[in-house]
Amino acid sequence: MALNLKKLSHKPEMLAPGHRACSGCTAPFLIRLALKMVDDDEKLVTSIATGCMEVVTTIYPFSAWRCSNIHSAFENSAATCSGAEAAYRVLSKRGKVKEKFKFLAMGGDGGTYDIGFQSLSGAMERGHEMLYICYDNEGYMNTGIQRSSATPKGAETNTSFAGSAKPGKEQHRKDLTACLVAHDIPYVAQASVHNIRDLGDKIYKGLHCGGPAFLNVLAPCHRGWRIGVDQGVEYARLAVETNFWPLFEVEKGAYKINYKPKTQLPITDWIKGQGRFKHLFNDKNKHIVDELQAETDRKWKSLLRREAEALEDAKAAAPASA
Amino acid sequence: MSTTVANQKASAGKVAAQEVLGLTGNEAAAEALKQVNPDVAAVFPITPQTELMHKFAEYVANGAVDTELINVESEHSAMSATVGASAAGARAVTATSANGLALMWEIVAIASSLRLPIVMPVVNRAISGPLNIHCDHSDTMGCRDLGWIQLYSEDSQEAYDNMIQAFRIAENKSVMLPVMVTFDGFIISHTMERVEIISDDKIVRNFVGEYQPENYLLNAQHPVTYGPLDLPDWLFEHKRQEIQGFLNAPEVIKQVGREYGEISGRSYDLLEKYRMDDAEVAVVALGSTAGTAKAAVEELRAEGVKAGLVKIRCFRPFPGKEICAALAKCKAVSVMDRCISFGLEGGPVFNEIRGAAYGAGLKVPMVSHIYGIGGRDINVTQIRGVFEELKKLASGGKIEAVESYVGLRE
Ligand SMILES: Cc1ncc(C[n+]2csc(CCOP(=O)(O)OP(=O)(O)O)c2C)c(N)n1
Ligand code: SF4
Ligand SMILES: [Mg+2]
Repeated sequence: MALNLKKLSHKPEMLAPGHRACSGCTAPFLIRLALKMVDDDEKLVTSIATGCMEVVTTIYPFSAWRCSNIHSAFENSAATCSGAEAAYRVLSKRGKVKEKFKFLAMGGDGGTYDIGFQSLSGAMERGHEMLYICYDNEGYMNTGIQRSSATPKGAETNTSFAGSAKPGKEQHRKDLTACLVAHDIPYVAQASVHNIRDLGDKIYKGLHCGGPAFLNVLAPCHRGWRIGVDQGVEYARLAVETNFWPLFEVEKGAYKINYKPKTQLPITDWIKGQGRFKHLFNDKNKHIVDELQAETDRKWKSLLRREAEALEDAKAAAPASA
Repeated sequence: MSTTVANQKASAGKVAAQEVLGLTGNEAAAEALKQVNPDVAAVFPITPQTELMHKFAEYVANGAVDTELINVESEHSAMSATVGASAAGARAVTATSANGLALMWEIVAIASSLRLPIVMPVVNRAISGPLNIHCDHSDTMGCRDLGWIQLYSEDSQEAYDNMIQAFRIAENKSVMLPVMVTFDGFIISHTMERVEIISDDKIVRNFVGEYQPENYLLNAQHPVTYGPLDLPDWLFEHKRQEIQGFLNAPEVIKQVGREYGEISGRSYDLLEKYRMDDAEVAVVALGSTAGTAKAAVEELRAEGVKAGLVKIRCFRPFPGKEICAALAKCKAVSVMDRCISFGLEGGPVFNEIRGAAYGAGLKVPMVSHIYGIGGRDINVTQIRGVFEELKKLASGGKIEAVESYVGLRE
């Protein structure tokens, strides 16, 4: 389905304004879009992990959610949603729920890559019909900007300081999308908040693929990245233009890259304006920038290979033409 | 107090036909679950609870129930999925023991705070460590303040009966609290006993009634937000409402216990007073030890000793007044705890009763006997030993140690 922006603009907002996210936060936009990606005859049940987006949308007695939403804890958004989905199946079967429902679980990178990894893996493996969206801002932002396994190498956080002995975070980020591909679920994709069409399409696909789906979305946090309040979307775009965060999807195991930059920008274009990397621009830490570039290139090449493989497989499977 | 569960009149006043079966505690609890046919069950193995969910999974596979089974990857997810299902509007259950309960701890507290009427059998086992798979009450006693109603069972029969009543108690609109039904690991869970089962599943289903959720995620007309951020300006008020659920619960538990008596011939109260009318020396116990204590009481009575037992069935809400009233005429009392409260003199049940005794003006000499830790046996002779100590106290002896241990090598 190609996203029809005009039609979308007429859909009711399901995340009310007035929530307490920082101005310029990119994640609420992602949620607003996601809540519109159901058909008119479908309702949504959402679950969300503890983290910025939960905390800012549900300060009692207020709730920004106009669809049902449940927050239980930090690490169990997927398991909680799986229970609601199971309830839906049995209550529909028993005739107690008549409407059509879709299930959307969400969590930040901390709640997804780290503490909620097991819960997510279990829910995906069990085959619940639900989409899990990780809004990845590359750190534990709600607790004051600590490193997560999604934080890029070299980034400074409040648990990976750049000092005379340490150059910021010492490890490369975890490739969570690849971990989810390994679950052999119907749909896995990576998207970014700056590309609305691509993002909307992927949310729609994920919600309607008939099984478990996972979507990893880069959603910059200007507080944690130390960029301007109005620069979140731009830095999401740069992450894609540098191939640090490629947009791709994996349907039934087949890779497809959804966007290929005409000329790949150097990684420095993405990191140079971010305060969390500022200590990298000296002779002592230059090797970290080089490593980031090398790792980005290595991952991109591997992605190209996987896409080529999928194309070949598709060719081989197609009936020979006369 | 409103009792909103439907169909309760259906079989009132008539004891239903019973089938006598040889069942372990796990099988008896699974049988109750089968008869109730809940909407959703999350399952994860842990000794000694494992066979309960084996049995139930078999019922699912054979079509005896059409419950949606969720084979979660951990107890943390078991309770999380149960919370999700219950909030969605389903009657949801899970079961566990010891370390499983410890792993789900965080969500156990969340379940009650969200006022979700989940029912969970907990087969008592010692909390690690070191690792031990046998019975004590460190698991359920450890979470006594997490906002769950706790019903302890003396034998397989009570495990079955408590399981059925638990749904009615949890789902009562003036209660709306999750219920733990506990029974002792191996001693009850794995021991074949004579159990009377209500023959007709329909009678059980009528008694339990349809679950009618009020606010639930799958309500298409009225979407809800569950589990918001609850800051200092509101959390206290919400906890107060939870307290109200506990204040309302005793009457509901008693009422359900009476009504259950009408269909089964076995009625239930918050506690059981066994030969307490004229008892001068008494022990307080819960779980399977109450059965052992009854045998000791019988032997002593035959010898002319005025011995009695107070068995606590409902530990949360805590029936402090009722317990003190039952002990009012005693000359010496021992509270037997299958659990240690480290750094505190006496076990948890002992301390709660001693606290209640102060309020009730009950001045009877009271001691704490800790026993059965990690599955250590407790027998009639040992309980008779406890009564021997009480006899000395009753005739003016001094309390040498408030806390002492039964069956311990020292
Ligand atoms: C079990 C548990 N551990 C720790 C926390 C504290 N905590 C709350 S939110 C959070 C970080 C969230 O990070 P992320 O998931 O990336 O979301 P973000 O805040 O960045 O949006 C932490 C550590 C918690 N609530 N529960
Ligand atoms: S701290 Fe970052 S992620 Fe959290 S609300 Fe503010 S901008 Fe958004
Ligand atoms: Mg984050």
